[in-house]
Amino acid sequence: MPANASLPDAEATLRTLAERMRGAVAHDAAFVGIYSGGAWVAERLPALVPGQHPVGFIDVSFYRDDYSRTGLKGGSKRTSLPFDVNGANIVLVDDVLYTGRSVRAAINELFDFGRPARIELAVLVDRGGRELPIEHTYCGARLAVARELSIVLSRDEGLLTLAVEQMS
Amino acid sequence: MRNPQLNAHGELTHLLTLEGLPPAVICSILDTAEPFVSIAEREVKKVPLLRGKAVFNLFFENSTRTRTTFEIAAKRLSADVINLNIGASSTSKGETLLDTVDNLVAMDADIFVVRHSQSGAPHLIAEHLLATGRSHVHVVNAGDGRHAHPTQGLLDLYTIRHYKKSFEGLTVAIVGDVLHSRVARSLIHGLTTLGTPEVRVIGPETLMPTKAEALGVRVFHDMREGLRGCDAVVMLRLQNERMNGTLLPSAGEFFKNYGLTQDKLALAKPDAIVMHPGPMNRGVEIDSPVADGERSVILPQVTFGIAVRMAVMSIIAGAR
Repeated sequence: MPANASLPDAEATLRTLAERMRGAVAHDAAFVGIYSGGAWVAERLPALVPGQHPVGFIDVSFYRDDYSRTGLKGGSKRTSLPFDVNGANIVLVDDVLYTGRSVRAAINELFDFGRPARIELAVLVDRGGRELPIEHTYCGARLAVARELSIVLSRDEGLLTLAVEQMS
Repeated sequence: MRNPQLNAHGELTHLLTLEGLPPAVICSILDTAEPFVSIAEREVKKVPLLRGKAVFNLFFENSTRTRTTFEIAAKRLSADVINLNIGASSTSKGETLLDTVDNLVAMDADIFVVRHSQSGAPHLIAEHLLATGRSHVHVVNAGDGRHAHPTQGLLDLYTIRHYKKSFEGLTVAIVGDVLHSRVARSLIHGLTTLGTPEVRVIGPETLMPTKAEALGVRVFHDMREGLRGCDAVVMLRLQNERMNGTLLPSAGEFFKNYGLTQDKLALAKPDAIVMHPGPMNRGVEIDSPVADGERSVILPQVTFGIAVRMAVMSIIAGAR
């Protein structure tokens, strides 16, 4: 299939997501991106959503539920949350919401840093296929994609692009 | 012959020695250790990676420090840790090493951390596990005889990379009792594998292995000459028992020739770091002002050691 034919433009989707967050998120909400795609989205959001929004990054490698099957994949990054998690309003940010397992891992990890007042979830794309009772608060676009395909966000000179790839 | 430390997919499944490990495997351990360093700064100093796994610290030779750092590393990964001081129990009743291992595997051990005075003991255990079809059980060498101490070598590499950013263009000197030191051997293999251009060993002839040059190092007997232009100086512990034999005249004499003082350190590069695997003998191999000085990274080494051991355990336990 012409892989990218049905995909929306990532930059336009990012603006839609930001629009839906505007006025709805707390003025001081921290944006925490899940590596790597979610981190790129989280970095862009403060410029598009009014308020004072600290940005953090989270790597869920050490909290994943598939470690016993796939082991530790290389390239783990350092989780960095440059604000006090206790009592914070946090918006977790991811590029693609699918099974919900990464979000589950990220929520668990956040609680190891403290007790947030509230956690919301913002995703660029929701592709359905949830395996856990997890839902987004804000979403840029909904897409229906076959199981054997994965949606991949990439970044080139600061610009975001969505593509469809065969699941490896 | 296949490297017994790697499985059929080329993944690290045991850590027995740094000798013969591909550079990419060593680098991936160092890279994995990096995010683990910051876990100590969290409110909950733990990640759930090894939840439900059992790590058996099998120490046939005493070492409070190494055992403790492995214990902390395993606990920060949420593993259950069982400490066995074997020297004092089974062996004295006549049980063989492999019988001890079989019994512990029957108690559902997932990782053995092994310290033994005999070179090759961890290797023997790994081969035995493979031969008996229990490749899901992993072995980490925590020091065997004069052979290897790979996690110490890795934490030394991590420390050097942390302060010097890369191994390119570096000159590293290892000073003291190189002959009896598994720490020196592991570090030399690690440094040469990662392409360090100059690795020096400095010490008296009686404490230098014959044909040390075959390891890819330059040998110096004059410490001042050897320290010139170094980026990192690694001091080795002078084991007290060596004093009793004929290898050395006295501790005072050793300090005079091979003890690291401010005066001798001044010959190395101005930003050279000073390392020591501990425990230190102040006034024997290292002078207090140097050990406590601003170029000493001896205490950060301890902190990095925990992260490196976490990385090793989480990589091998995840191997297929």
